[in-house]
Amino acid sequence: MVVSIIATGWGAVSPAGWTAAELSAVMVKGEALPVEEFVRQGTTKTLRARKVPKPAARQAYLAHPRLRRTSPISSFAMSAALEAIGADRALIEKGELRLGVVFCVMSGCVNYSRRFYDEVLREPATASPLVFPETVFNAPASHLAALLGATGINYTLVGDPGMFLQGLAQAAQWLQRGQVDACVVVSAEESDWLTVEASALFEPDVVVSEGAGAIYLKNGDAGSVALEAVTDGFSFNDRASRTLAATQMQTELSQTGSADWLCDSRTGSVKEDFAESEAWSSAMMPRWSVKKVLGESFAAASAWQCVLACERLASGAAKSAAHVSVVGCNQQAIGARWVKA
Amino acid sequence: MGMVTGLGAGKEINEAGFREGKTAFSPVTFFDVSKQRVKTAAQAEVPGQSPSKRIMPKQWRRMDRASRLLFIAAEEAWEQAGWQSGERLPMVLGTTSGGMNRGEAFYRQAITTPEKSHGQATRVVQYQAQRQVLDIVEALGFSGPVTLIANACASGGNAIGQAFEMIRYGDAERVLTGGYDGLCQLVFSGFDSLQALSTTTCRPFDAQRDGLALGEGAAVLTLESLESAQSRGAKILGEVVGYGAATDSHHLTQPHPQGDAALKSMEEATRVAGITPEQVGYINAHGTGTPMNDGAEAHAISRWAGEHAAKMRVSSTKASIGHLLGAAGSVEAVICLQALAGQWLPPMRGTQTADPACKFELVREAAAAKLEYALSNSFGFGGANATVIFRRWS
Repeated sequence: MVVSIIATGWGAVSPAGWTAAELSAVMVKGEALPVEEFVRQGTTKTLRARKVPKPAARQAYLAHPRLRRTSPISSFAMSAALEAIGADRALIEKGELRLGVVFCVMSGCVNYSRRFYDEVLREPATASPLVFPETVFNAPASHLAALLGATGINYTLVGDPGMFLQGLAQAAQWLQRGQVDACVVVSAEESDWLTVEASALFEPDVVVSEGAGAIYLKNGDAGSVALEAVTDGFSFNDRASRTLAATQMQTELSQTGSADWLCDSRTGSVKEDFAESEAWSSAMMPRWSVKKVLGESFAAASAWQCVLACERLASGAAKSAAHVSVVGCNQQAIGARWVKA
Repeated sequence: MGMVTGLGAGKEINEAGFREGKTAFSPVTFFDVSKQRVKTAAQAEVPGQSPSKRIMPKQWRRMDRASRLLFIAAEEAWEQAGWQSGERLPMVLGTTSGGMNRGEAFYRQAITTPEKSHGQATRVVQYQAQRQVLDIVEALGFSGPVTLIANACASGGNAIGQAFEMIRYGDAERVLTGGYDGLCQLVFSGFDSLQALSTTTCRPFDAQRDGLALGEGAAVLTLESLESAQSRGAKILGEVVGYGAATDSHHLTQPHPQGDAALKSMEEATRVAGITPEQVGYINAHGTGTPMNDGAEAHAISRWAGEHAAKMRVSSTKASIGHLLGAAGSVEAVICLQALAGQWLPPMRGTQTADPACKFELVREAAAAKLEYALSNSFGFGGANATVIFRRWS
């Protein structure tokens, strides 16, 4: 779909830190962040992950009654969304701006799900009723709405990393139809030994990470970056169709215009990256691969890609247009075109 | 359209069951409930062998319980619609827990035999909702973007609403939509831990109600624009005419006592449909049977209907098949369409003394009725609220 929606803010939480600026800074440096190694209790397996560092100070939003006991994924989502929304938060809280929320996720609230299910297996009669609701996919989106007092449309979308771009398209549709005045699109993931072990079954060399990314979209012309296009989501079922889907996405994205910067979703694994590398083999523009530096954080990583596109365009490092390419792990290839507004 | 619930597989079996006021509850057999407060649910019969040539036996064995339910409903809808393989179609589905049974199995093996990984990769794949749905897409032979809405128990309603909007705004001619969820230990135990499950009988809107009953199933609808349906001579089963969604920020698991967001959702749906409340002949309520939900929804319906509240006819078919979570909104959509097509009111047996907050008529026996519009409410954890309005096709 072709759209023209302004991004007026963006935010990120990543192993680089709790802001989009820190995310951008480590990508400019281009060196892979250190990896934390740990052994899961009861096993001899060494697991590797990149974790979000502890914040310098406790975030003010954690004082909200909803967020006192919340899991990392919700905290990451809040921080990124609030950074993206910026000063408009006051308008939303006063009910002067109709906010739509799209929250995109792949692994979801893994820590609390594991903890709750462990309690169930040990003794269901004492499994915590406080933990269970936090296991539901839409808990972070609900907390965000509660924090802001937003009563409008709010979707949680589940899928592979490409879902964040589908979320952007969804937000653009709501804005174009006048259903909302603004929309924040957020992705967040939290790491856990469960996701690290699960991921290692498929890509043992890829380091799992965690964090969140958010983009705040509005109609109008008051902003420096615009979302100009999101391609169709090209679904795939196997390795061969994944390569085809990546090529279809690249073709459709390239047809929207040329770009002077590309951010792709390659992880550094030759096998995993084959489809995307093939699709963009003739691309000549400067290119970043965020997962090679920060790790695989699934839905959050595709949000980081878009945040970086906005950062590069806003700073002038990318002059006119930036492309984001996401070839997901097991669902779809999808791309987005960001332009200088 | 296609559906499978604890009453059986297929829309005719379900319609007959609802007309007779059957209930589908039985002791839970496929995971351990011996230490739970509640030990029953409306379990669906899930075939052990692939019921279709479209799914190979090996693939069926790999599929999660929820995937199997989804396939059964999707194939029924696909065959009735007469859509052709090879098309590029969007699919919009709702679910709350996807392939959680596979996720549970992964976790159990990870903690009991952590050094063994046999079968774990398949469990990871089948746990993920997007893979479950793409298996169905492949089996039916079409392609296209997949959208999975996980708005807790409003997911099925949101999915149909989203599909409706895609067609309404010209973004698609046809959309396969619906919802699915299979029973699983984590979710069953979760509702039990909240003491949200009824230890007696699920009695929506009863003054003495004490909780919900869980169920499982799926429903799939083939939505298409009127032009598209008429141009190919399709048999039209009904119309989707309105959709509203709103967020309740009162509490993570409890609705605002006066049902503010539910009211907003219903008002938006009627606005989109271009109708007034008195034109709605039947409401399939969210009606879980919990004290909190039914009280809030009763207030919302009464406020929405205003002076016409006393004439509203309301039931919750969860009394028969339990709460199907992410499938609830889609299953209840099919029930609304059946009610409109057959001009009858789906009953809710078990409810004896109406909650005083109910200013409307509770439908307790199946009855013939003249219906032009039916409304379906779906609400969920996190304050997700969705309302869809259907119209009889004539």
